[in-house]
Amino acid sequence: MIFSKELGAALRESLETDDRVVLIGEDIIDPYGGAFKVTRGLSTDFPERVRTTPISEGAIAGISAGLALAGMRPIAEVMFGDFITLCFDQVVNHITKYEAMYNGQATCPVVFRVPSGGHRGYGPTHSQSLEKHFLGVPHLKVVAASLFHDPREAFRGFLEQNTPVLYIEHKLLYPQNLRLPEGGMVGDLMAVKHGSTIGLSAVPRNDCTATVLAYGYQAMLAAEVVERLAVEEEIFVELLVPAQLSPMDWTPVEESVRATGSLVTVEEGTGGWSWGTEIAAVMSEKAFGRLRRPISVVASERTVIPSSRAREAGMLVGTPQIETAILEAAK
Amino acid sequence: MTIAPTRIPRQRELQADPRTMGTPEEPRDLRLYRRMRFIRRFEETLLGLFDEGVLNGTTHACIGQEADAVGVIEHVEEGDHIFSNHRCHGHYLARTGDALGLMAEIMGKEAGVCGGIGGSQHVCAPGFMSNGVQGGIVPTAAGIALAMKLRGSDRVSVVFIGDGTLGEGAVYETLNIAALWDLPLLIVLEDNEWAQSTPTELNTAGSMRARFEAFGIPVTETTTTDVAELDALAGNEIAAVRTTGKTRVLLVHTYRLCHHSKSDDHRPEEEVALRWVTEPLAIARQRIAESQWQRIDAEVEAALAEVVATARALP
Repeated sequence: MIFSKELGAALRESLETDDRVVLIGEDIIDPYGGAFKVTRGLSTDFPERVRTTPISEGAIAGISAGLALAGMRPIAEVMFGDFITLCFDQVVNHITKYEAMYNGQATCPVVFRVPSGGHRGYGPTHSQSLEKHFLGVPHLKVVAASLFHDPREAFRGFLEQNTPVLYIEHKLLYPQNLRLPEGGMVGDLMAVKHGSTIGLSAVPRNDCTATVLAYGYQAMLAAEVVERLAVEEEIFVELLVPAQLSPMDWTPVEESVRATGSLVTVEEGTGGWSWGTEIAAVMSEKAFGRLRRPISVVASERTVIPSSRAREAGMLVGTPQIETAILEAAK
Repeated sequence: MTIAPTRIPRQRELQADPRTMGTPEEPRDLRLYRRMRFIRRFEETLLGLFDEGVLNGTTHACIGQEADAVGVIEHVEEGDHIFSNHRCHGHYLARTGDALGLMAEIMGKEAGVCGGIGGSQHVCAPGFMSNGVQGGIVPTAAGIALAMKLRGSDRVSVVFIGDGTLGEGAVYETLNIAALWDLPLLIVLEDNEWAQSTPTELNTAGSMRARFEAFGIPVTETTTTDVAELDALAGNEIAAVRTTGKTRVLLVHTYRLCHHSKSDDHRPEEEVALRWVTEPLAIARQRIAESQWQRIDAEVEAALAEVVATARALP
């Protein structure tokens, strides 16, 4: 159950079950099959509806908008998530505007697949997690893939609703095995679903001393830390992994924080004006009397992502920063 | 016919008033003149309402460019799609005849065609959309054309842009893809010589025509303000897109007789005055008996007076 293969299978299922689905993006056709090989094989079987484009991210977004307005279901691949900036006008001033500004007379359900994230030495412009610039855009859903969420279920959901979606795929998740909850467990951790948020902990929530909120690749790292701390140090925290980052489902966070009294957020994007700071603002209000310490926001340094492996590791959030923050928050 | 001043359901049937839109039986030159007169008077009425303080925000009048809207849209059929821009009233009215929905929309009333949310630049009706951001509507119209192509239909997607929009990169990304993919798209470029306050010579290097031809897209170019000529040219263009399924451009060198939006006109008075001589309604009247255009003018006037009265009374 390798994530990139399952994701490809989810796209295949979308093409098979829904004639309106069109895949559009750069270098996505066979034999290449996309920069991360997610779409490999699909253009051979669906040549009309899997379309490779010139290097024109703005037009990819705009053409997707037109397809969606005309009743199709475009799924656009943005080769490197860094290039989503070239789609920004379409997302903010076109795609997310239509339904509301036309008073419900049109819908524009474009899905963007956005391979993101660093830790691969790709340097300043091919490693970023830029989703924070899209969080809070009205009428846009920002969803993050994780190893704990089934991509098939995600795409079935996208096709059943009409809001535009940015689907963040951290590049380091592609070769990983999915860790979907089975029998209420993920490995040695108990797994509880709260809507699309998955709670992972070694002991019941009431015995946890902190809540950790993380998504994507950082959720994978956080799960490893949570597991290790439980086994080796008998420190118990609850990890919450939401699928949807914006708008947030606050209920599971509120319920967990009510029990643990402490909250850490983890994201790979650069710090400040971010997912974590918004959560800190909202949860400070919602759980003011319940928090025994300030909310801790873990994010990457506010600079470019170095190409050098060593310098990149120091700049981006990784296991050491997560562990330090959890140890502090669990006290 | 009087439209009762009641709340209009959001997705109502758009009723075309024969006094403003004419009928299929009416001789073509009369109907085309009538529609242009309707658009002209709608825009002039709006400008008056702005001065009166009834309207919020801004508006971009297409006075002087009515023949483009009417001539092209005469050939737009059921199932075809039009994407327009900030200067969209003429296109919208030529397509739908829905003066009340647009007037109410610009007045910010709930009965407006987009519930008062979209306003002057963002309107939507079956087969019609507009957006006030430049450039991005071109790939969107191409996407609509791609949907038509994938469905195997012979429908056509039409997008109206202006000379100023040629500054946007999204246009060229789209021309490339539209040509590569053979999309049934007609781009109507209304070159009105001024991008807001900036004349074409400060905006546009080289040739407008060659921009499209570089992508292998055929261009039909005209300087006419005669709706009969535009009617014929547009008829050929839309038919060609429909039969070949390929992108084409109709490049119309026209002129905007009013300010860009409101109170922002610094063009030389002599330049504007000269263009009033060849404005489309004056040209069209030369083909029609005076008694006929006077009758049409009176009918349009009466219909618009009702629209304004009805719209004013709306909650």
